[in-house]
Amino acid sequence: MRRDETLASVRLERLQKTFRGTRVLAGIDLTIEDGEFVTFVGPSGSGKSTLMNIMAGLEEPTHGRVWIDGTDVTNETPKNRGVAMVFQSYALYPHMTVRKNLAFPLEIAKMNAREIEARVVETANRLGIGALLERKPKELSGGQRQRVALGRALVRRPRLCLFDEPLSNLDAALRTQMRGELKKLHEDLKATFIYVTHDQAEAMTLSDRVVVLNAGVIEQVASPRDLYCNPKNLFVARFVGSPQINIATPETFGLCAPAEALSLAGQSVLAAVRPENVRALHHCPRPNAANAANAIEGRVYIVEPMGGETWVTIDMIGDVGTTRITARAEADFAARSGSRVWLDIDESRVLWFNAKTHERV
Amino acid sequence: MTSRSPLARAGLMLAVFAAMSFCVGPFVFQAITSLTPDRDIARTGLPSTLTLDHYASALAGRPFMHVVQNSIVVSSVVTVVSLAIAAPAAFAIVKLRVRGKRLLLAAALAISMFPPIATVSPLYLALRRAGLLDSLLGLTIPYTTFALPLALWILTGFFQDIPDDLYLAARIDGCSMFSAFRKVLLPLAMPGIATAAILTFIFAYNEFLYALTFLSSPDKRTIPVAISLFAGEHTEPWGDIAAASIISTLPLVVVAVTFQRKIVRALTAGAVKG
Repeated sequence: MRRDETLASVRLERLQKTFRGTRVLAGIDLTIEDGEFVTFVGPSGSGKSTLMNIMAGLEEPTHGRVWIDGTDVTNETPKNRGVAMVFQSYALYPHMTVRKNLAFPLEIAKMNAREIEARVVETANRLGIGALLERKPKELSGGQRQRVALGRALVRRPRLCLFDEPLSNLDAALRTQMRGELKKLHEDLKATFIYVTHDQAEAMTLSDRVVVLNAGVIEQVASPRDLYCNPKNLFVARFVGSPQINIATPETFGLCAPAEALSLAGQSVLAAVRPENVRALHHCPRPNAANAANAIEGRVYIVEPMGGETWVTIDMIGDVGTTRITARAEADFAARSGSRVWLDIDESRVLWFNAKTHERV
Repeated sequence: MTSRSPLARAGLMLAVFAAMSFCVGPFVFQAITSLTPDRDIARTGLPSTLTLDHYASALAGRPFMHVVQNSIVVSSVVTVVSLAIAAPAAFAIVKLRVRGKRLLLAAALAISMFPPIATVSPLYLALRRAGLLDSLLGLTIPYTTFALPLALWILTGFFQDIPDDLYLAARIDGCSMFSAFRKVLLPLAMPGIATAAILTFIFAYNEFLYALTFLSSPDKRTIPVAISLFAGEHTEPWGDIAAASIISTLPLVVVAVTFQRKIVRALTAGAVKG
């Protein structure tokens, strides 16, 4: 079958979705290439799950079209799209054993029994659930259920696999482990993976490209690295990266906005700098230098040792109020709350944004 | 659990016994009456001897077994038809986008609230026009119209408890709407089906007013009507009535026990989340 052999590209064309007068998606245009791992990320209510359901064929768009491999599938049932999906809730069939759960999509497709058995065993072994085939879902741990859900999607050898926050019900350690396994699976299977999450770390670690959604529109589409270094606007800058990027007026950071940025933004700009580009120091870094002005001081709010390094949250007391920023410090950095610290900012890494439009300058 | 004081335990036992007596008492009384010789029936206390005469006389000279059969046939048909309609309807109302689903449910509830006595005359006229008076089919139709809303409401609740994601997953796995219903949702709704089946069967089995009004031939009668007509103008054969009641309880017990085993709670455990 051609469908099993080729990968699927997906094209979304001016997609809109309105629920009872509320606009959930406001015109989405996007092309996803064969074999890509694309992640949709955004806060809750950004429309990412709706978008996934429209691609799967579980919901119809109010306007716009969905193309898979050059075929318009906007009005096709999920069955005719040949798309697999892993649900956040796993949605395992509780009355069936793991074996039956895995075999279900193949039985519906009327595959012969021997082929089904072979595929089920192969998939189960690949996911390390070969020993659980006779169990019912209620006899499985959360992590095992997650693997069964994954298996039920992969057993069909789909060209296109959709993941709706598949890891969000796992504990932190298991989530990190499964994240790695998913990435490996994508490399092995060479299928197109489309992934929805609100966890920016998942988006960053897994994807070839990340699509940042906000209130039903695409804010930016870029590779994880590009998204991190070159956010198009303040929303993306804030959403990507942990701890969050520091945003303040240039004066707060003791910086002068570059002339070209000012001219473009009409005098009103905001500076944004990632925590790893701000160092917290116990003493003034350049006490005698001419540019001592950009060695600025603040008061320690809290100190969070992470092991390899330490994050320091600092209150910067300025003319217009207090700004709280996060800085990086050496692993052995220690300070009491309220004590004085100095900041050393890597000026070359500062991003400038228009204070009114929030767009990058 | 075992840390209760003896007094509290005794109190609990007493309460349980009282509740049991309240529910089972009439049945026990009926069972004893059915075995009591006629001369002892008017007396209080236990009978001096036991007899099976009432069972013999309830069955002899009357088409009583035929009546029991009528009741079983009517109740079974009503149960099967009601569930065959109510189960897909409840599924569609709960899991699909159906316009006016609230209105439909409200209307169903309103219909089941109608007092039967208010509808008995128009139904009589309608059945006479249709030529269905004095036939079991003529009884089955109005029974189904009353049982259907009941079954629909019970099943709607059960389908609501099944996570939507299971339906969506079935669709993704290649099921049509109907095969998702048949292969995934219906098996999970079995406790609801069993509950609705028991209640529908009991309703049809016990119904008296329509059966009395619409049926006239002795061999078409259902159990409640037949038993009520045991009493003659000058005789009150309590023993025979009791024996007939005990006999007619047996099919109900069979139905209840059969379906009760299907009522397993937490059938959907393990479907979603960890």
